[in-house]
Amino acid sequence: MKRKNWYLTIGAVLTAFMLAFTALGLFWTPFEPSAMSAPDRNAPPSAAHPFGCDAYGRDVLSRTLEGAGSTLTIALAVLAVGAACGLAVGALCGYYGGPADALVMRLCDTVAAFPSVLLALVVLALTGPGKYNVIGALGVLFIPSFARLVRGEYLKYRDRDFVRSARLMGVGDLRIIFVHILPNIWPTLLSGLTIGFNNAVLAEASMSYLGIGVTPTEPSLGYMLKDAQGSLFTLPWCTAFPAAAVIALILGVSLVGEGIRDRMGAAS
Amino acid sequence: MGKAVLKRLGLLLGTLLLVSVLAFAAFSVIPGDPTGAVLGIEATDEQIAAFRARQGLDLPVWQRYLSWLSAFVAGDFGQSYKYDMTVGQLIAPKVGATLTLAAIAFALILLISLPLGLIAARRPGGLVDRAVTVLTQVTMSVPNFVMGIALMYLFALVLHWFQPEYIPPEQGLWPHLRFMVFPALAVALPKSAMTVKLLRGSILGELGQDYIRTAYSKGNSRGSALRRHVLRNAMIPVVTFLAMAIGDIMAGSIVVEQVFGVPGLGRVLISSINNRDYPVVQAIVVLLAAAVVGCNFLADLLYRVMDPRIEGT
Repeated sequence: MKRKNWYLTIGAVLTAFMLAFTALGLFWTPFEPSAMSAPDRNAPPSAAHPFGCDAYGRDVLSRTLEGAGSTLTIALAVLAVGAACGLAVGALCGYYGGPADALVMRLCDTVAAFPSVLLALVVLALTGPGKYNVIGALGVLFIPSFARLVRGEYLKYRDRDFVRSARLMGVGDLRIIFVHILPNIWPTLLSGLTIGFNNAVLAEASMSYLGIGVTPTEPSLGYMLKDAQGSLFTLPWCTAFPAAAVIALILGVSLVGEGIRDRMGAAS
Repeated sequence: MGKAVLKRLGLLLGTLLLVSVLAFAAFSVIPGDPTGAVLGIEATDEQIAAFRARQGLDLPVWQRYLSWLSAFVAGDFGQSYKYDMTVGQLIAPKVGATLTLAAIAFALILLISLPLGLIAARRPGGLVDRAVTVLTQVTMSVPNFVMGIALMYLFALVLHWFQPEYIPPEQGLWPHLRFMVFPALAVALPKSAMTVKLLRGSILGELGQDYIRTAYSKGNSRGSALRRHVLRNAMIPVVTFLAMAIGDIMAGSIVVEQVFGVPGLGRVLISSINNRDYPVVQAIVVLLAAAVVGCNFLADLLYRVMDPRIEGT
């Protein structure tokens, strides 16, 4: 390798740190996140409360930990739905082609042309708020972009020599699709996953910030930011730490994606 | 070229039709009957019958779709469930603020990203390039509403450049626009970062081409080769990206409006969602969709003008 892949190094370190941080939040927080404590109202950051306390005396560190954990789980669930379905649809469309492929891709283009946050808001208008509705709405809306990405790759590989010889040897289509071709597209898929993850975090945070995402009782970084905005000028720490958590989560993963693309570019 | 444009136009109409069917289906099939949601559980039978007749709920679905579509095309978006107003009356006063915000944001993206992309591509790997790369990478990771909150804190509280209170155009066009620059900046900065990155990569890709070597051999300096030969070709993917970004810019404007308290489409959309005022939500979605699809069509035309090599398809 000519030069060190800084993107991948810094991104991996930041992502690992954020994963550890959020994983911690799923199991342990220094205080009960929703416990209100009158003497700690509006407390600035201190040794006992490193991120300070909000207007109700709730510990901002505990709430950030819990919110990040929730945002992370939602984003991963959205990715699982979107990527699994997108992979299946894209692989079949790209491998077989034909009029069904043209129709499905037309539909995908139409859905993908619109910002997913707006569409997800509309879906939630129909289903009502809540964690699982957010996951369902965003997950479905993320299918087209994955399907497109995967389809392009399968189109590239379906007439390669190794696929043809496999076919000649009588290997079944499904086995060719998932055993022979799939390993070749891992890097592209992985880089697509990093982009998808960031879009999911972004969409969930934006929706919760608008008050049409998770319900107010469920923890969320977006909801914390919405709550904190009224006291932005007097209690800036209530905004700064959850905001930093969102940014760090996205930045780390986007650097990893950048690093993967860098390496793919260097390899080809 | 004429034939290709006609084909695109057909595709545009087809997409719009598909959008209208999806929007109509989503709002008429899934939520069931809006009668209960609007009139409440204590409504009398006569009230319910009158409401159903007024909203045309007793007709078959395809008839409702056709009458909804023909009215929509004619500019009649229906009646709000929640307020005693037509959807048009409810939306019209709010469209201006959102469009202004989106337009300023779009202008800012061009204003920020073109010079930065050119400067970064001038000496790849140089100090300026690396600084721009780090800056864009970080900026890209900031959600636009977080950017809005940060701008609000910095410019309203620390620097006192503006009051964090919306100034309507009635109080003077200049103060209005001056205020709108800050939310527009929140929408524009993350998108600009992506544009800079794309432009830089696109320029560097073009710089390796043969026609650039020819341009140098004819006595062009790096600067003039960049401006006169490279930029034209390097802009093609950027124009496509920007056209595709218009939907995101509109969506971004709707989110950022909430940060700065701008009474635009975003506020109507959110309160309508919370009130289950479906005709309003439906109209806003279809209008936005039409705007996005229309912009993509225009970008496609522009793309053909900029790059005559693209034929057919």
